[in-house]
Formats: sequence, structure tokens, C-alpha cells
Amino acid sequence: MRAIGIILAGGKSTRMKELSRKRAVCAMPVAGSYRSIDFALSNMEYSRIQKVAVLTQFNSRSLNEHLSSSKWWDFGRKQGGLFLFTPSFTSENSNWYRGTADAIAQNISFLKNSHEPYVVIASGDCVYKMDYNAVLEYHVDKRADITVVVKDMPADVSVERYGTVRMDQDGRITDFVEKPIVAHSQTISCGIYVIRRRVLIDLLGRCEEEGRFDFVQDILIRYKDIKRIYGYRLNDYWSNIASVEDYFNTNMDFLNPAVRHYFFREYPEVHSKVADLPPAKYNVGVSVKNSLLSSGCIINGTIEDSVLFRQVYVGNNCVIRNSLILNDVYIGDNTYIENCIVESDSTIQANSYYKGENGIRIVVEEKGERYNM
Amino acid sequence: MVKKEMIAMLLAGGRGSRLGILTSKMAKPAVPFGGKYRIIDFPLSNCINSGIDTVGVLTQYMPLKLNTHIGIGIPWDLDKLEGGVSVLPPYEKIEGTEWYTGTANAIYQNMAYMESYHPDYVLILSGDHIYKMDYQSMLDFHKENNADVTIAVMPVPMEEAKRFGIMITDEHDQITDFEEKPEHPRSNLASMGIYIFSWKAFKEALETNKDTPGLDFGKHIIPYCREKGERLFAYEFNGYWKDVGTLTSYWEANMELIDTVPEFNLYEEYWKIYTNVESLPPQYYGRSSKVERSIVGEGSEIYGEVNSSVIGCNVEIGEGSVVRDSIVMNGARIGKNCRIEKSVIAERADIGDNVVTGEGEEVPNETEPSIYRDGLVCIAEDAVIPDGVAIGRNVCIGGKTVREDYPDGQLPSGRTLIREGDEK
Repeated sequence: MRAIGIILAGGKSTRMKELSRKRAVCAMPVAGSYRSIDFALSNMEYSRIQKVAVLTQFNSRSLNEHLSSSKWWDFGRKQGGLFLFTPSFTSENSNWYRGTADAIAQNISFLKNSHEPYVVIASGDCVYKMDYNAVLEYHVDKRADITVVVKDMPADVSVERYGTVRMDQDGRITDFVEKPIVAHSQTISCGIYVIRRRVLIDLLGRCEEEGRFDFVQDILIRYKDIKRIYGYRLNDYWSNIASVEDYFNTNMDFLNPAVRHYFFREYPEVHSKVADLPPAKYNVGVSVKNSLLSSGCIINGTIEDSVLFRQVYVGNNCVIRNSLILNDVYIGDNTYIENCIVESDSTIQANSYYKGENGIRIVVEEKGERYNM
Repeated sequence: MVKKEMIAMLLAGGRGSRLGILTSKMAKPAVPFGGKYRIIDFPLSNCINSGIDTVGVLTQYMPLKLNTHIGIGIPWDLDKLEGGVSVLPPYEKIEGTEWYTGTANAIYQNMAYMESYHPDYVLILSGDHIYKMDYQSMLDFHKENNADVTIAVMPVPMEEAKRFGIMITDEHDQITDFEEKPEHPRSNLASMGIYIFSWKAFKEALETNKDTPGLDFGKHIIPYCREKGERLFAYEFNGYWKDVGTLTSYWEANMELIDTVPEFNLYEEYWKIYTNVESLPPQYYGRSSKVERSIVGEGSEIYGEVNSSVIGCNVEIGEGSVVRDSIVMNGARIGKNCRIEKSVIAERADIGDNVVTGEGEEVPNETEPSIYRDGLVCIAEDAVIPDGVAIGRNVCIGGKTVREDYPDGQLPSGRTLIREGDEK
């Protein structure tokens, strides 16, 4: 094996609003049956990377639960495995992860004890499919020190929340700006890096001495003139779940047949923890149009242009339009929901009305007592 | 020494010929049920839910599908360090090779497997029923009565009792007599084919009768135990228990799952049924789709109309098609503008556009009138049906059929069309 993997899953996102109260972004349910980290994990699996560390610290209970067994991504092997690293307080260290570079530096033994020559670093909050070996080959070809996966965004997309890059003819990154106020490039960093393991250990050591903690600021931007940092263009679907709008739109993208077939029908498949739920059930008087529904749902009402996650119960005469209903939501009879994201485990009382008037409304209700199916 | 209080032996070698073409390439326990499951999932899930983690699965007829489905038992958490699931096919021996000639003979041939776990009790199961049952409380009953053999029984309507093996019991549930398919039943307690034996009595009965041809539990072992004066008890079970031995009962049992509150509820958190599926994507409904009174598996794409049907995983139903009162198994595809009525469409079958099934007169099937009946259309796994053909009732179709197989684009009611060869 040529590479080990690191998935950065620690991020706290205030732009996810109420949705981040319960879980880290990497554990956000996506596309009905998945969690956002499943995409990076499945990519690691299909790139035949056998040893993967997930670095997490913020609100990680839900993520831990999801990763409680490594077998779903085929990491339960004698060789390698899936490692979950949360900050560990020792006699030498009493810090949280102070940044992405610090998170890796605090687990430097994972790097030092491996023998694979390369490291693939990916963030756990992006939805995409990728064979990291293609990046690795490009990296070797270009004799790069660090390769950053980049994507050209359409001109009408605002890139101010990303890191933007400019590259020369050869693909070498000449300019890297994190969250620019005025963007001078529509090429963004996807947060996926390939780097030689020894180089990474060395750079992290230097950062630590200088009290620097951020991978982008203190390694990519600081070293871009003296290290050979290259950009590898990703042309397929890629989406980052960083805000409520991104999250909503990413899920709705799966109603588009091209996106859906790319992820669901084309090799390789995306793997997730198996839920062992029965097939979805539709009773009398149901109407379902242009929607995705997951296993364990029981449907009595009308569903249009929506994504229903697992084990959603929809009562009689309900209407759900243009909404995301997350896992294990109970919706009582005669309820109307439009332009909403209903947080998981919510119990919606009968005869309720929820509508997002200017944009997406987030609905969070107590689970409370339910009629048991 | 490995020691298990009770191990289970699951008889899964039978063909189940009354399921017709559904079991032409797989044993009955491997036949799909309820959208995403296979019949064997029910006893296997019952085992692990009952705390029985050592299960021998005896296979003989067409075992490939069972082998791949069971694997090392991961979906049922039966991949154990000690015990777990073991698939036990017939094997060659120095003194000669024999197939499993009867239910008890199959168990006897695996004496070494059972002895390696030093069990106090052995649970005998068959892989052809749909039910949820706690074998642990049956064992408690067995122990309380200090029984040598406990037989699970189910009260059936008196008029149907003559179709079953009937147990006659005293007021303490002890079995005093039994009769096989009696003309005038003296009781309505039907044997479910589920037995718990205490090890000593069990081994003794098998060793003594080992040379009986076609050694069978119902015909030989149970009568032997009674004659010898062993303590036989009947454990009464009152939950849902469905035999899916015939095509009609198989279809009915599937259809019962779509009732608003089905008698057999798969949606309870308690006593989950596990099966071997990978993580699959959600199911999609198109803008002109309709779905009512149905259950639909993961990954399916429905552009047409589904009514009163059981649809498996990764099924595709084209625009303008109507599927009614039917079972469509995993990976099957139905083209556009079809009318599918009362059909059982097996895995990966490929049905073209503008196909009509299950319409026509009620004519008995020409080859197997006792199997393909009640108007059912049965389409085998991997079968291909060309565009624009009309298919009647009580029909069976297998293989890659082409337009020429349907004179005037028709396959009238009662016909059997099996196209050999052209297998991929």
C-alpha cells in the first residue's frame, strides 16, 4: 500500500445553525441513507487505502456511534484499520486540537509508526467520489511536495468561503488565499491533499516549534514559494456541507437523475453503516412525486420534491414539499411542511404547519412520547 | 473446551418443489421474501435474537445462493469467535458417500459438528417458515418440564387440522399421542417442525436408528422417543407463523405484509429481522409515479404506478407501467407502459416495454396445474420478456425468451414457457 489516510472530522460549523447542536458536520445525514463522512471513507476504501485515522473533537458522539464498527467500509482487517483519534490529555499535553495541523501533530505517532510513503488527507464534510490513487500518480509525476485537489467553480458561485488558488501552466500553485474578501480566482481547494509522509512529519515538527497550528495557513500558504505545491483538478461532482444552504442543496442535488446515478448506480458504490431496516411502506391515499425515501419509512400522506431519511413516519393527510426530513422523525396527521429541514428524532404534533418563507426553515422538536408503531 | 448450552441445526437442504420455478436454481430457504429478505433470515434472526449463537445450516439442494447469502454470518452477528454459523453440506466418507437421505439422517451425519460444542440441548429448525419466536422461552419450558423432547405446536382451526401432524396432549402439555394428517383429528395442535432435544436422548435416538432408510424426525425419531417412554412435551406458540410452501401461500404471505397494520410486523424495534444487504441508496419516485398499499426496497427507482405489491431492492419500474398485486424481487426491471397483474417476478428478471401479464381466462397450467394456479404468473430469475407481449394467467416463464416464443405476441393462460440455454 502506498498511502495511509487521514480524515479531518473535527470542524465546528456555526453556519450549520441548529443542525450542529447534535453532531459534527461529518456526521450529518446526507442523501437519505448516508452520513457525510461515508463519502471520504468509501473513497479511501476504493483507493485501497487500508489504514485510516479520523480526527475529531467537536460534538463527536454521533460520529463515534456511526464509526463504532469499521467493517462497513471494510477496514476491519489485520493490516491497517480505522482509527478514531480524539484529543488525548497526557502529562505533556492538555490542549484540544488547536487547528488542523495541530490535530495531526498531536497524533504524530500514527504517521511515524506507518511505513507507507504517502499520506492522503481529506475532510469528512464533502460529498464526492474520487480515486485518490489518481491524485497520487499526478503527485509523483509532478515531483510535487504537496498536491491539493482543486475545482473550478462556475462563475456565478460565490467562492469567498473557500480557499482559492491560482496555478501556473504546469499546475503549480502560485497563489493561495483562504476565504478571500475579493476572490481573484474561481478555482477552489477541495480540502484534499496528498503529501509524502516524511515531509508531513517534518513540516508538522516545524509548525509545532513555531506555535503554528493550521494546515492551510501555516503549511500550504506559508510554504507555497519554497515547496512544490501542485493542484489536481477534480471535474466530477463535489460539494462541501458548510452551511444550511449547502446542506439543503446538496441533498436536493440527488433528485437530479445525473447526480443520483453517478453516486448510486456507477461503480464504486458509497458504503455506510447498515441499518437493517425493513422496506419503506406506503399505505392507502399516498402520493409520492420526485422524492427520495429511505428504508423503514411508513408513509400515509403526500410527498413532493423532498428527501426523507430513514424511519420517517408520515401521518394521514400530511403534505411535505421541498423539504428534508431527517432520520426517525414522526409527523402527526394533517401536517403541512414546506421548505424545511426537520431535525432527526423530532416528533411533529398532528395539525402542525411549518413553512420556510425566506429560505430554509429548520424545525427542531422534542422526541417526547410517541404512539409506538 | 467449547461449551454451548444449546446449539441450533437448521435444515436448509430441501428443494421446496411446490414453489415451482422459484426454486429451480436455489433451495427454498434462499427464496426472497418481503422485499429484501430471504426465508432463512427468519429462523437465523430468531436464533441470534434468542441468544443462540451456534447454528449449523444443513444444505444439499442448490446451495450456492445460500452459501453466498450466509457467508460467515456477519449480517446476523453470527461471525463469532466460538460457534457462529457453519454451513454443513453432505461430504465424502471412507465407508462410502451418501446424500442427506432424511431430516434426521442429515443431522446424524453431522454428529461430530454437534459434539464439538458439547451441547446440553439441540434445537432443530427448518428454513421454510415466516415467524418470530423466542427459542429461549421454549428451552425454559423444556427445562421446567424436565423433558427429553419438546415440540413446538400451534393451534390451527379444527377443519384444517387434517393437513398437519397433530399432537394430542394431556393437561400438563405432555404429548400422549400424535397422528400424521389424520382424517378425524383428536386435537388442533399442529407440529411446527421445531424441536428441542436433550442431548443424551437425542444422541441415543439417532445412534439407534441410524440405519433406518431416510431417517426422519416426524416419521422415525419422534415415534421412537415416544415408544421408549421419553418425556415428550408440546410447547404452544400463538404468534404469527406462516408456511410458505406453495406458490399461492408464498404470494399470500407477501401480500399480508402490505396491510396497514400487518399481522406480521417488520417495523417493530424489538426482534429485528436481519438480512444480507449492503448499504443501499434510498428509493426514488419520479414525477408521474404513484405508489399505494405497497412495500418497496432500497435503491429502487419507480417511475410508474405500484399498487398492492411487494417490491424488492434495486428494482426499476418504467414510466406508464402499472404493477398490481405482484411480487417483484431484487434487481428486476420492468419497462415502460406495462400492465403487471398478480405476478411473481424473480430476481433480475428483465421485462420489456408494453408487456401485459396476468390478463386472460382462468385456464389450468399445462405442466404443473397444482403449482401455477390461482391466476398467478411466475417469471423466473434472470428471465427476459421481450417488448409488447401479452401473457395470460397460471403461466410460468423462464430463460431468455424472444418475440418468436410468443405467437401473435401472446402467451395464453395456462402455458409454461421455459427457454433453455442462452444462459449468461
